Amino acid sequence: MAEVRPTNTGPGRVLLSVYGLFAVAATSRAAVQLATKFHEAPVAYLLSAAAAVIYVIATVALARSTPTSRRVAFVACSVELAGVLVVGTLSLFDPDLFPDQTVWSGYGSGYGFVPLVLPILGLLWLRRTRP
Amino acid sequence: MVDGLVVALIIAALILAVWCGITALQNKPTDDPHLYGLAAVEVLLLVQVAIVIVRLAQGDRPAEFATFLAYLILVPFALPIGFLLSLIERTRWGSVILGIAALTLAVLVLRLQDLWGTVGG
Repeated sequence: MAEVRPTNTGPGRVLLSVYGLFAVAATSRAAVQLATKFHEAPVAYLLSAAAAVIYVIATVALARSTPTSRRVAFVACSVELAGVLVVGTLSLFDPDLFPDQTVWSGYGSGYGFVPLVLPILGLLWLRRTRP
Repeated sequence: MVDGLVVALIIAALILAVWCGITALQNKPTDDPHLYGLAAVEVLLLVQVAIVIVRLAQGDRPAEFATFLAYLILVPFALPIGFLLSLIERTRWGSVILGIAALTLAVLVLRLQDLWGTVGG
């Protein structure tokens, strides 16, 4: 019998809370940007929206804690980590590409680098709770 | 925003955050005193929000008005949601969650103050 290791209790609930917070923050920010000034920086704002979607998916997947949702959470966290690394690097070398801030600009420096740490913690947590 | 109130609010939120951190280090969940502390911070916050709403009604418009409004609407929920989660998670991790909620509140108030700065006063 494989032991059931939920992803959504104990430290996992803390992780989940921060994911939820970023899901709300990124979604609100993307909504405001897309609604009020989409034409100013379409790439940055579409990216904000994509980041928001990934945070929402990761939050829901970690909360559900089923075998399938674990795989979804793994993919979401991986995409998120890749996103913050790629966008962070691009925003340093080619700032013109992102004229306005996104959650992932400068490796998430506008958000206390939480966007960089979060996917790493997510992946570590998934590994630790591996059935 | 009222400068003195903003400072008091941020300090109160940070004290709550540190307090929750200590509780977590003691390996304890949140308890009634945390709720009283949280309520005090929330009252300060609601007074500030009410003042801002009156100023907005009088025609003051901060920079990035839409963003400001979004923050203003979301900020009162930080502590109640944090506390609710700490009630579900009756371990030290519940205390960590409420601590993070208090930190989040401090950051949000700082952001609001930032945006409001353009109005002056």
